[in-house]
Amino acid sequence: MLINCPYCGPRDLSEFTYRGDANRTRPADTSTDQAAWNAYVYERVNTAGDHPEYWQHSGGCRSHILVMRSTLTHEIASVSLARGQKKASARRQQKKRPARRRQEDRT
Amino acid sequence: MVEPLSPLETDWKPGHYGHVANGAGVTLSQTQPGSIVQAAAFAGEEKTLIAALKDATGLALPDGAGAGVINGARAAFGIAPGRFLLVDQAEGLADTLSSAVQADTGTLTDLSHGRTAIRVAGTSAQWVLAKLFAIDFALTAFPVANGCSTAHHDIFAHIQRTGETQFDLYVFRSFARSFWKSLCHASEDVGYQVK
Repeated sequence: MLINCPYCGPRDLSEFTYRGDANRTRPADTSTDQAAWNAYVYERVNTAGDHPEYWQHSGGCRSHILVMRSTLTHEIASVSLARGQKKASARRQQKKRPARRRQEDRT
Repeated sequence: MVEPLSPLETDWKPGHYGHVANGAGVTLSQTQPGSIVQAAAFAGEEKTLIAALKDATGLALPDGAGAGVINGARAAFGIAPGRFLLVDQAEGLADTLSSAVQADTGTLTDLSHGRTAIRVAGTSAQWVLAKLFAIDFALTAFPVANGCSTAHHDIFAHIQRTGETQFDLYVFRSFARSFWKSLCHASEDVGYQVK
């Protein structure tokens, strides 16, 4: 599978790291809403078809990108830099790290 | 300054190797630059950073992904959105840049001792590199002075084309000897000269 990195151009899948489903909405950091956190951490729409997802070009320019990939055919409909996305999702990207720490504390 | 030592040391053996009956297809050498610096712009400050780099080094980075410039002993190219790798044969480039780039424009990282620069030159350079990297090395797709960021089995590499048949590779110092060995193996069928 080739992913057309917006900066580097078409590159082999082995240069990329999957960074998760982009359908999710992260609750506010201060949120104590268990249902919202449960939905964010565990619930997936399990799309059969075009699926928005985050990838990182970890073996290249290291940019985070938003990829629309068909889960049926692996066909990629669009790729864009994650940093250019609307503010809410950009904030989600930046604040990913503290969230992971919190999950580790719990286990 | 601390004397930079090559990490290739014991595996660095000048001579001719492999299938050299018709001459060496590639020449492998180290460029041993005195300075390697990464410059990264904060969001929206890319043009300011490019202008500051030009003022300080005379290297005018063209627009475009991976675009680069070579000017005598100095070279620079884009490695990621808003990030550039600058190389100088002389030491002290990081000091020059740190006074030229404002703190709110971007950041500078001195990688002079962190990267090893390997030059692959010769008529078969493209062929040898194509074995290691899934990159289109054709001159039309990868013009002279352009650069790219890629990896060979998780060994990260920045590559700049410094001539029609010449490429400069920047690899992590700690992986350089291992990478060097696979580069030598890849060069055997065309014959290579280490110098």
